[in-house]
Amino acid sequence: MPPSAEHIMEVKDLVKHFPLTQGIVFKKVIGAVKAVDGVTFELRRGETLGIVGESGCGKSTLAKLLMCLERPTSGQALFKGQDIYALRGSKFKAMRRNIQIILQDPYSSLNPRMTVGDIIGEPFEIHPEVAPKGDRRRKVQDLLDVVGLNPEYINRYPHQFSGGQRQRIGIARGLALRPEVIICDEPVSALDVSVQAQVVNLLEALQNEFDLSYIFIGHDLSVVRHIADRVGVMYLGKIVEIGTDEQIYERPTHPYTQALLSAVPVPDPVGREERTRIILQGDVPSPANPPSGCRFRTRCWKAQDICAEQVPELVVRSGTDHPSACHFAEEREIVHVREA
Amino acid sequence: MTQAPAGPAATAAPLDLEEWQPVISGTPLLEVRDLHVEFRTRDGVANAINGVTFYLNAGETLAILGESGSGKSVSAQAIMGIIDSPPGFITKGQLLFQGNDLLKMGPEERRKIRGRRIAMIFQDALSALNPVFTVGYQLAEMYRVHRGMSKADAKKGAIELMDRVRIPLAKERVNDYPHQFSGGMRQRVMIAMAMSLDPDIIIADEPTTALDVTVQAQVMELLAELQAEAQMGLILITHDLGVVADVADRIAVMYAGRIVEQAPIYDIYARPAHPYTEGLLQSIPRLDLKGQDLFAIKGLPPNLMHIPPGCAFNPRCPYSRDICREEVPKLYRVNADRASACYFWKEVIDGAPKR
Repeated sequence: MPPSAEHIMEVKDLVKHFPLTQGIVFKKVIGAVKAVDGVTFELRRGETLGIVGESGCGKSTLAKLLMCLERPTSGQALFKGQDIYALRGSKFKAMRRNIQIILQDPYSSLNPRMTVGDIIGEPFEIHPEVAPKGDRRRKVQDLLDVVGLNPEYINRYPHQFSGGQRQRIGIARGLALRPEVIICDEPVSALDVSVQAQVVNLLEALQNEFDLSYIFIGHDLSVVRHIADRVGVMYLGKIVEIGTDEQIYERPTHPYTQALLSAVPVPDPVGREERTRIILQGDVPSPANPPSGCRFRTRCWKAQDICAEQVPELVVRSGTDHPSACHFAEEREIVHVREA
Repeated sequence: MTQAPAGPAATAAPLDLEEWQPVISGTPLLEVRDLHVEFRTRDGVANAINGVTFYLNAGETLAILGESGSGKSVSAQAIMGIIDSPPGFITKGQLLFQGNDLLKMGPEERRKIRGRRIAMIFQDALSALNPVFTVGYQLAEMYRVHRGMSKADAKKGAIELMDRVRIPLAKERVNDYPHQFSGGMRQRVMIAMAMSLDPDIIIADEPTTALDVTVQAQVMELLAELQAEAQMGLILITHDLGVVADVADRIAVMYAGRIVEQAPIYDIYARPAHPYTEGLLQSIPRLDLKGQDLFAIKGLPPNLMHIPPGCAFNPRCPYSRDICREEVPKLYRVNADRASACYFWKEVIDGAPKR
């Protein structure tokens, strides 16, 4: 289904700082880990928005914020025009039904003492209006069928399943309440290569069937490219570049995006000697003490004085066709995905 | 040369199959012949490795590619001699290091080779390093234990090692603890430790799996440089088809404890000769297939306690026929340095329509 222009979610300048404290009796705040620091994007109905970035860039904190598992320091997230952090009571509960999550690790995200039926049926306890009590078992079996598991497995325990099957259980649980938005937090990165493709296909099929909108967080750039309509690249709590998958992968303008893409090993040995690779120096700086101005400047080969002084806005610059948070944004071709 | 298994069972096996014999000039650095490893557990015997044969020359990079449970890490542990026994037992095979069988050596002899001549880099640097000793102490330990150096000399050596793997400010960081290093830096420490005694072979078990891509690129580059410098043989164990394509000279693909295909790197990516390799390569997301379903190998990898009879891949294979369910295919010769454990490799390599 082609994404419509309607924005199902809008995130506006979302900020999450975790305080760093010192002392036990007289606690004082000595700083803050700026995990998410001013993130703005919108999610259209029926689309998949990919979020890529390295560990520590704040992508999982962003997922928790959107699930209301964390409260933001400031900023808004609008679901169908309503700020999800301002809702209370029954409205809040109704909203949460519509935003669900699929977690990364299918081994630790399923309770080993609960049967598959209990795991998938648990959301119905909290939202009984979705499935009346007598009907739940059948609903759970339907869900198992939808995600490609045998409905007779309803009384089995998670340890009786393989990693890929467990991830399907996690997906069924996410689908149970018929949400409109699903946040996929690295749903395939714990799986074997040959099983990854099965789960990616399942996610795509479910999106078409149930008209879902996905926020797909991942670090495997080729998987994100395959599934996403638009992609945002995060670095140290900020989105540094956002655009359609073609804009990001074919015409990246932010130096970090370029370095990230060039670092991905291409699964094709032909021409490997000629391939140019931008190798970044050093590691990601600490989010408790990010560099002034542009946060990427300490590892950037283009950095000038202005980068230390001015925070680059995420805007479309001349000569480019999508927003990029770099003072010197320019297109550069990076060979990335294996061609046919 | 042996003929393909014939007889009443061989309903559809082509008759022109030749068993592959590796063409090796001189004595290779390492030769593994028909290795079998099993784990005797309470629930039964898991056949982790069922006849693995490969060789490694000096200065060469051999990639062992496989999914979890394919036996790639167990192969490495067998070569290092660090399989927990019990439950693990090497039941058959030879491990020839410069022509001498490691399995016939006593523990004393073996210890002289382990770490000194054959070293290993582990996947998870944080759990491989001891959290209560400084990084410098752990690096220096290599020199103190193996070379009997004095504390001061060993520490000097540790600083040199850290310089060699390009850890910035080595002199100041030598007294830091592992948790004070970032993931990439910890992996550099692991590499330094493996390099410390100038081994002939380094076995790197998923060295970059836990790292981010930009850091992975740094670490792989470093590893390649050090290898070229010292003309070491490198066995790279991984599940990442991209990393393999970047650095390997030859590749061995493992499935359910067997090598199913062995080939020079360019050949295998151009035209796989085993259905499993073909499936793996096809399941990589590609540009021209956006919006379509990814190709997915159906089913799941087998349980090592109940490997299907015949070819272990047959329940998931689009080419499988009766013979595949009855007899285990040997490694058949594709050409002098290429082999495939599939009766129908010719169809696979020609890209014949699947059944």
